Amino acid sequence: MSSLLYDAQGPRAKRRNVALTVVFIAALAALLWWMYGTLQDKQQLEWAKWKPFFGGTEAWTTYILPGLENTLKAAALAMVIALPLGAVLGIARMSDHAWIRVPVGVVVEFFRAIPVLILMIFGLALYSEYTNVSTDDRPLYAVVTGLVLYNAAVLAEIVRAGILALPKGQSEAAMAIGLRKGQTMRTILLPQAVTTMLPAIVSQVVVIVKDTALGGGVLTFADLIAAVSPMSSYYGANTIASFTVVALIFIAINFALTTFASWLEQRLRRAKKSTGAVLKADDAAVAGTAGAGAGGV
Amino acid sequence: MFDFLADYDLLGAFWVTVQLTLLSAVGSLIWGTLLAAMRVGPVPLMRGFGTVYVNTVRNTPLTVIILFTSLGLFQTFNVTMGSDIIDTTNFRLAVLGLVAYTSAFVCEALRSGINTVPIGQAEAARAIGLNFTQVLTLVILPQAFRSVVGPLANVLIALTKNTTVAAAIGVAEAALLMKEMIENEAQLILISAVFAFGFVCLTLPTGLIMGWVGKKVAVKR
Repeated sequence: MSSLLYDAQGPRAKRRNVALTVVFIAALAALLWWMYGTLQDKQQLEWAKWKPFFGGTEAWTTYILPGLENTLKAAALAMVIALPLGAVLGIARMSDHAWIRVPVGVVVEFFRAIPVLILMIFGLALYSEYTNVSTDDRPLYAVVTGLVLYNAAVLAEIVRAGILALPKGQSEAAMAIGLRKGQTMRTILLPQAVTTMLPAIVSQVVVIVKDTALGGGVLTFADLIAAVSPMSSYYGANTIASFTVVALIFIAINFALTTFASWLEQRLRRAKKSTGAVLKADDAAVAGTAGAGAGGV
Repeated sequence: MFDFLADYDLLGAFWVTVQLTLLSAVGSLIWGTLLAAMRVGPVPLMRGFGTVYVNTVRNTPLTVIILFTSLGLFQTFNVTMGSDIIDTTNFRLAVLGLVAYTSAFVCEALRSGINTVPIGQAEAARAIGLNFTQVLTLVILPQAFRSVVGPLANVLIALTKNTTVAAAIGVAEAALLMKEMIENEAQLILISAVFAFGFVCLTLPTGLIMGWVGKKVAVKR
């Protein structure tokens, strides 16, 4: 589409493009120069500040890797718990019985409407007041609880959309050969829908990884983000260096997942022509009315 | 049972949430539209910039961006956003961070909207001699906007919920107040219910109203 919005360029348009490019480069350069000057003034660019990360392994083994481990642990736990829960909720929401469908619908919409952080704060207080989970474990529990409650609701919508995207004939044929509703769902609909939903599920993992950062930023969860402040006080106020390294790790993980999701989507789109549409990796905003959707946190 | 609520400025906190949402929504609509224009435009460098920006920002946790506005922009680069009062600075920095993040999603929504406009329209617009800016602003974008009200509503709802991240740099919005109240009062369930209700009130109507608007303005094809 993009190339259809403008014609092949003549001499005037080419000149204008060159001028725009020059102005744009100048603006970017000015911004970079200002950043460089300020960082230089604040002594943030000295090798001493970056050395812990690129000149040895100590910073990695003491701060970054344990933080990363916690981040990934929380994300993995949340995913493993939320996925089956989401599947059950998604299927229950399509039930023929109103007394199952309606309450589940209310629960799903409720948890999609509430910020993950609110759920995490609730979790933290819940575990400290009503359980004897040790103080060290509480932040992890709270982060996982928040992520599970929110993402189970979002995954429920993904599952529902995936099943609804299958052609109607699939379940009709299953009924015609005498399968019961449960059998139809288990043996016919779900297996096909899983491939359809894969890209959307992978990009939901990105949202989960991004959301774990809330635990370090606002609660007291010892994740990758939380490693920034002890690092910068230990290595002599190298805030920018520590922050950059942590941000790059987050971006690298998520970028890999996003790329995988869109590769998967393209591959499935090419491979499968028979059953329903492939759910787009980009939006988990599927099917619902007031979707949580594209933003995540 | 509810009397302790009077000790806290509940409405004030939610008002900050609403302000964060509205200001960031306007900002990210503008910046997101510019980004989308760059990404479909004829200047290769701007296309590249738009692509790199969107792909980087979408894969960065919002918490990282918001913390950067405080630790990086404020403490290192001395960006005060034109205010001497630290609370105001933090509020404006939070808006800046939310705009930077949300505009990437606005851009992607708009780009998918541009793809829904039939190719013939752009061809016809070019055939009558309109240049790229005219094609985009007179023909393509007005139709694209009308078809992406739904996706934009989702972005707006996500933004409303994302404003809670501003708690990370001490902006006195709903999530920060909830944290404080839970620490001071032994009324966990009640407090949580109040805040949950507040957010349900903010997000559910947005979805319903925008859904209705979306149906009303959609270009029937």
